[in-house]
Amino acid sequence: MNFEFTEEQLMIRDAARDFAQRELLPGVIERDEKAIYPTEQVKKLGELGFLGMLVGLDYDGGGMDTISYVLAMEEISKIDSSVSVIMSVNNSLVCWGVEKYGTEEQKQKYLKPMARGEKIGAFLLSEPEAGSDATSQRTTAVDMGDHYLVNGTKNWITSGKSASTYIVIAQTHPELKHRGINALIVEADSEGISVGPHENKMGMRASDTHSVMFNNVKVPKENLLGEEGFGFKFAMKSLEGGRIGIASQALGIASGAYELALKYAQERKTFGKEIIKHQAIAFKLADMATEIEAARFFCLKAAWLKDQGKPYGQASAMAKLYAAETAMKVTTEAVQIHGGYGYVKEYHVERLMRDAKLTQIYEGTSEIQKIVISRGLVD
Amino acid sequence: MKILVCISNVPDTTTKVKFKEGDSLFDDSGVQWIINPWDELALTRAMELKEDAGNSVNEICVIHVGGASADATLRKALAIGADKAVRIDACPADAYHVAGQIAEYLKENPFDIIFSGIESSDYNGSSVGAMIAEFMDYPGISSVTSVNLDDDDIQVNRAIPGGKQVLKTETPFVAVVQKGIAKEPRIPSMRGIMMARKKPLEVKPAVELEVLTESIKFELPPAKGACKMIDSESAEQLVELLRNEAKVL
Repeated sequence: MNFEFTEEQLMIRDAARDFAQRELLPGVIERDEKAIYPTEQVKKLGELGFLGMLVGLDYDGGGMDTISYVLAMEEISKIDSSVSVIMSVNNSLVCWGVEKYGTEEQKQKYLKPMARGEKIGAFLLSEPEAGSDATSQRTTAVDMGDHYLVNGTKNWITSGKSASTYIVIAQTHPELKHRGINALIVEADSEGISVGPHENKMGMRASDTHSVMFNNVKVPKENLLGEEGFGFKFAMKSLEGGRIGIASQALGIASGAYELALKYAQERKTFGKEIIKHQAIAFKLADMATEIEAARFFCLKAAWLKDQGKPYGQASAMAKLYAAETAMKVTTEAVQIHGGYGYVKEYHVERLMRDAKLTQIYEGTSEIQKIVISRGLVD
Repeated sequence: MKILVCISNVPDTTTKVKFKEGDSLFDDSGVQWIINPWDELALTRAMELKEDAGNSVNEICVIHVGGASADATLRKALAIGADKAVRIDACPADAYHVAGQIAEYLKENPFDIIFSGIESSDYNGSSVGAMIAEFMDYPGISSVTSVNLDDDDIQVNRAIPGGKQVLKTETPFVAVVQKGIAKEPRIPSMRGIMMARKKPLEVKPAVELEVLTESIKFELPPAKGACKMIDSESAEQLVELLRNEAKVL
């Protein structure tokens, strides 16, 4: 067992930290408050290669391992989770799926521009009545011989408006239930697609979350990902990796709040001494540091398993569950340590607390992670 | 045209400085090392000159005098975009020693432009660049804020009190660069980090050189005094303290 990072992994962590401090920190409060999409920041993130860092060099990606991805996600999420969610979805849901299961033509046409960060990908699984229960897909992709005809509505789509490439999960053979579901690559400017209004969210307000409606959208047959009926399995496989991204995001939100609270506790004085010298505050910080370290180990273990080609579904579910719960707890305590200052936007921790809540909900709620983990215990 | 960028490996600027062995040596335990900020700006400007298709810069090499612990810093320079790195394997004793080692390398491996940061953020020697110029008998220009190439026409701006001086020079020359030479240091890209491992990092033996100075002792600056908070409504009290206590008015 080796707890040392490689020189390259540390360089990636530092690059992500520098980027977050220099490019994301300025304006993060305003972008959150006014729900302004981080266009320039995402463009720069793409130019540096973060949006396709897990994609192989042959397909214009960074060729990085998942450990590096965890480190980068943590650093970016310390400052701006609205940006890191775009990075996570593009890398671990969309690019990963096309690289792993796409044809060579699909990789050349769709993967390369996404890996270069020139185009953004979105993953369209959730529906108004199919969130956690992803088998209940109402969106249909009817086989018309030379194309699929897609109809239906997808909800809560990260990068719903800014994405150029969608991966759409839709039902082709309802009689086969989840074995009739397909995964299709759909160009966002296809005729018949309309995007709903920006969701006015509690946290991660700068990322563009939308509903996407499909009305008789023609999708060429060659845009099918994997075999016929592979769509549900594809979605579940993608989410296994996606959980590592969101777990790392939750880790970053927690460690970002913790670092701010630690700094504040060393500066703020009450009763004649810095508040960190009061045991009530010191013990809070000790708990926060310990739980963050545990969450980090969960994330890195899942990433290591993935890099080794070993099964990582159980580990990524544990990482997502623990990191998300830690993020909620730590950010709440960070606000408490800041007192009244923590309740105003200027001190960042209230935003991190709002952002943390979403990590318990999306890409599988904490309750769904428990289902995944508990099923794994008896398999 | 080839550019050599001198790189100093310095503690991160947030490092809590401690000394050991009777305050005669810097205690580097647990220290994060970075590229000296002025050298990083110099490397950025070198990259900009190379990327500008209008001129003939075709190679950027970074050079460092020091031990193997600096290799991570040199590889970061390669990730940012340098084509090659050279480390002279020596314990840097003083500016004369460092400049002498770099000059010996230059005698065997000529470059057209040598960039050196105006100072290193650790020992603040501010001497290496000028000494390289002297060793090599090259023009040496200090306080450089911009270098522009137009074929063989080289224009260098340097900061002077209250303004700037515009100079023309010819290669080879040494530019001792300061803030302004580039807007901000570059963040290495993912592809740059991956490519860095394939780029050469040569380790050269040091030459015997006299060491002219010996460090005896270090002292930290006195601790900052307590901060006095004045209520924003009490401008008169602030003026009174500035005049009679701080004596700055």
